[in-house]
Amino acid sequence: MKKLDARGLSCPEPVVMIRKAMQSGEDAYEMVVDNHAAKENVTRYAEHQGYTVTVSEEGSDVTLTMRK
Amino acid sequence: MNEKKEMRLTVAAGLLIGAAAVALVLFGNPANMGFCIACFLRDMAGSLGLHSAAAVQYMRPEIIGLVLGSMILALVRHEWAPKGGSAPMTRFVLGFFVMIGCLMFLGCPFRMILRLAGGDGNALFGLAGFVAGILCGVFFLNRGYTLRRTYRLPTTEGAALPTILIAFLVILAAVPSLLRFSTEGPGSKHAPLLISLAAGLLVGALAQRTRLCMVGGIRDFVLFREKRLLIAFVAIFAAAFVGNLITGNFNPGFAGQPIAHTDGLWNALGMMLAGFGCVLLGGCPLRQLVLAGEGSADSAVTVLGLMAGAACAHNFGLASSGEGPTAAGRVAVVIGLVAVTLIACFNTFRKDNAK
Repeated sequence: MKKLDARGLSCPEPVVMIRKAMQSGEDAYEMVVDNHAAKENVTRYAEHQGYTVTVSEEGSDVTLTMRK
Repeated sequence: MNEKKEMRLTVAAGLLIGAAAVALVLFGNPANMGFCIACFLRDMAGSLGLHSAAAVQYMRPEIIGLVLGSMILALVRHEWAPKGGSAPMTRFVLGFFVMIGCLMFLGCPFRMILRLAGGDGNALFGLAGFVAGILCGVFFLNRGYTLRRTYRLPTTEGAALPTILIAFLVILAAVPSLLRFSTEGPGSKHAPLLISLAAGLLVGALAQRTRLCMVGGIRDFVLFREKRLLIAFVAIFAAAFVGNLITGNFNPGFAGQPIAHTDGLWNALGMMLAGFGCVLLGGCPLRQLVLAGEGSADSAVTVLGLMAGAACAHNFGLASSGEGPTAAGRVAVVIGLVAVTLIACFNTFRKDNAK
């Protein structure tokens, strides 16, 4: 599983990051974000790409696990 | 939340915001200026004596309401967080030049929509330039443009701007003699304080909830084919258009439009500068106010940059008027385009940017 750290980045940068990563076509990705706009936007983008997203929150860090 | 529900909320918010803008004009705001973040920050700079253009001085409660509305909802939803440290000085400069671009065109992206909805054909040139500017920004975003990460900061960093704005509101209500007020011109036209404040609070909360951004709509569509924010943009236009038709404020044409000029090239270049700068900032002036309300010190610094840009625009004759752009204003927009391009290059093509 490819892991990405998008903490502290504001939109659209996390989405640009996941889009670039998804070009490698792996089955699963994990991204850590720390703001709600990034969480919503990355989740929406991943779902549009056919991934199922699970969310786990720990403090201000939100980990998005995306699987095909 | 499921996507359909989110979309309905976004459309409803857009329609409400468009309607609020039309209502503010009915209550006394200048025509096609129910909301204009650039114009209102410019008026506030004038009210504080940062520039001395007599026609554009008023402490706009809408701005105060927008920031506080966003802050209140962010607090309620546990989204308020003091953050910053992502290239604050660069953001100040970008804010400065975004304002120079907006005052060339005579409006922020929000007012551009309202001008279109009022029949102002000159705003079509603005829209064309705006899209071109956003495409420039997207070019750099796709190549790795970033102003780096933000960090959690002490509470005072996030609370400072909202507190200052509350102080302005108290001064406006209790000791207005400290401030400057236009007796004629756009600054003299305003809705009653409480109505302006309420409209600001409402729109600030709606914009916080939906992450509304005039730049984000076109940017996200180009980048990801994501239509949500673009639909909000269209909903604001639709509500303002219908509202203007009902209230008799729809006057299609180019010449003699309220607080606008007919120089197509410079309308386009002004909004191109604004669109480009806003993509590099991560959001339009409205979005910067909303983010400042959510605790972003970076966006608060951007707002200060916008106000500094407005003060300079009027102190040095850079802002356009109904007669058209000034020679100095044209020079400033060209300098702005060069500066913004350099900022984009420096923050895209860096060795240590490679991820």
